[in-house]
Amino acid sequence: MSEKKTILSVKDITMQFGGVVAVNNLTLKVREGEIVSLIGPNGAGKTTAFNVITGVYAPTNGEVKFHDKTIISNFPKGKMDKLYAGENKGKYKKTLEPTPDKITKLGIARTFQNIRLFKELTVLENVLIAKHMRMKANIFADTFRLNHKEEQKMREDSLELLRILDLYDVKDEIASSLPYGKQRHLEIARALATEPTLLLLDEPAAGLNPQETDELTDFIKDIRDKFHLTVFMIEHHMNLVMDISDRIYVIDFGKQIANGTPAEIQNNQHVIDAYLGVADDE
Amino acid sequence: MTEQKKHKLSILFSAIAIVVLALLLVGVNKYTAPTYMLRTVLQLGSIYALVAVSMNLLNGFTGLFSLGQAGFMALGAYTFAIFTIPANQRAGVYYLYGVADWLANIELPIVAALIVAGIVCAIMAALIGAPVLRLKSDYFAIATLGFAEIVRIIVGSSPMNRITNGSLGLKMIPKFPNFYFPFIVVAICIFIVWLLINSSYGRAFKAIREDEIAAEAMGINLAKHKRMSFIISSFFAGVGGALMAMYMGAITSTTFNITLTYNILLIVVIGGMGSLTGSIISSFLVIAAREWWLRFLDQPFFIGGVQIPLFKTGFRMVVFSIILMIVVLFFRKGIMGTKEFNWNFILKRMDKKQPAGGEGNE
Repeated sequence: MSEKKTILSVKDITMQFGGVVAVNNLTLKVREGEIVSLIGPNGAGKTTAFNVITGVYAPTNGEVKFHDKTIISNFPKGKMDKLYAGENKGKYKKTLEPTPDKITKLGIARTFQNIRLFKELTVLENVLIAKHMRMKANIFADTFRLNHKEEQKMREDSLELLRILDLYDVKDEIASSLPYGKQRHLEIARALATEPTLLLLDEPAAGLNPQETDELTDFIKDIRDKFHLTVFMIEHHMNLVMDISDRIYVIDFGKQIANGTPAEIQNNQHVIDAYLGVADDE
Repeated sequence: MTEQKKHKLSILFSAIAIVVLALLLVGVNKYTAPTYMLRTVLQLGSIYALVAVSMNLLNGFTGLFSLGQAGFMALGAYTFAIFTIPANQRAGVYYLYGVADWLANIELPIVAALIVAGIVCAIMAALIGAPVLRLKSDYFAIATLGFAEIVRIIVGSSPMNRITNGSLGLKMIPKFPNFYFPFIVVAICIFIVWLLINSSYGRAFKAIREDEIAAEAMGINLAKHKRMSFIISSFFAGVGGALMAMYMGAITSTTFNITLTYNILLIVVIGGMGSLTGSIISSFLVIAAREWWLRFLDQPFFIGGVQIPLFKTGFRMVVFSIILMIVVLFFRKGIMGTKEFNWNFILKRMDKKQPAGGEGNE
């Protein structure tokens, strides 16, 4: 394991909203090709951590490295300077707050906990939109179709992607008319269309029935191999998490309480107390 | 029928429709008197169609609720007027305040002036876009509304006397060189918008309308794309304003008050937010109803020598408003919704008529 390169490195991230510390001094590493899960009780700060990594929120303190390059960095300043309740104050001196689109361009794609498709557009359009950012033509060339070849390739790539992910048959359907499970798939397809090396999944199994959840396990492993991805996900379905993850991080009240392989996590007393609880009927 | 065949047939039908419409226009031009109402309705309708399309690009396709259209139209109209009033007529137009020296002898050809009008608006949009586009929804609407008012007031204010002729307004603006001129300009402009909307950038605009957060997560630079949409919309609003100036021949700053923006918004909403063809259809319908079909309501009306009381000046607008309410009640999303006009209704019928084995032969 250790010879594999670290792709994502989150260091001492603290996210504080006013007086509330949502994520406290979170440090984690995701290595190339791994599937890593982030678990914890509701309100533990998992989605906030995701939002920091994807640039939705600028962290109050700490930094994020992607492929050994610092992409996000911040330290408490202004009003936060006095209010700051986290640790490692003064360790980071740089301010780097890219918007989410810049992060996506670097190769980090994400899905959302509550599906956020472009509802009124077709399945194909949803995927094409994700390809837009890689387009080289400017708006003038694009409007007057001077980039015919590029557009053609975009279409072909998108159709190919839909074919691989088994969405080709519904390519002309309106996204919101798809059944829920397909919508989840489409959201992943759309994320893949941005050509990421790291895929962040925010509760991909939320709302799926047990059979669909089982299928999702294979699906995630499948796309990881096909697209040479690294997957970092938040999930509540313990079966899925334990099945699929190479490593697991557990957080509670914004703080990391454990990390390790699924087997280690299952036997960790802290995790059992805070989150897993004692099995009563299984 | 295969997808490709359908696509080809649609294009064929559209081409036929355009030729038929063009021939109808020629017919109207040849066989109606120059003062006939239909001519006015068609010309004014086409101008409103362009401005409605430009507003729809922003409001319906990018999801930015702007109320600044009248401001950009004023800017376009005045720019156009300033550059096209014949140089030898300027002394007469600016008889009270005199004309600014640098302006006295500039005279551009009509088409060049139309483009300049658009570019001035685009530059203005780029300038105010940076601060204004940071605002969201209602706040953006209020800011653009404020901008429109500021433009109107500055244009009509006394420090601008020697350029815009202040509150007196401008006249002797060249009229349309021929009957077809506005249709050609509007058709070209709307065609460009149509191309844009169906391009990758157009899809990005729609993505922003659907879900800003998801669009940004898909790598779309929100600030940049919103700015582009705002600038392009303003460009065409400026061209529309210039056409309006040509149509009217004389303009004052009060021509471009808030009511104008609301009239355009009304056309966009009735046509359907996010539908170009909807905007076009509804602008002709609204203009025809308001200016032509309902005119009789303003005249005194007699049945058997008894005058019906309601029929007098102004009643037209009451009926017009009631019709609008009914339309909005029954077509919640406007006439077309977010869909575009297409030929599917004919294509489907043709599909049914084909013998069952028809598909296999191909």
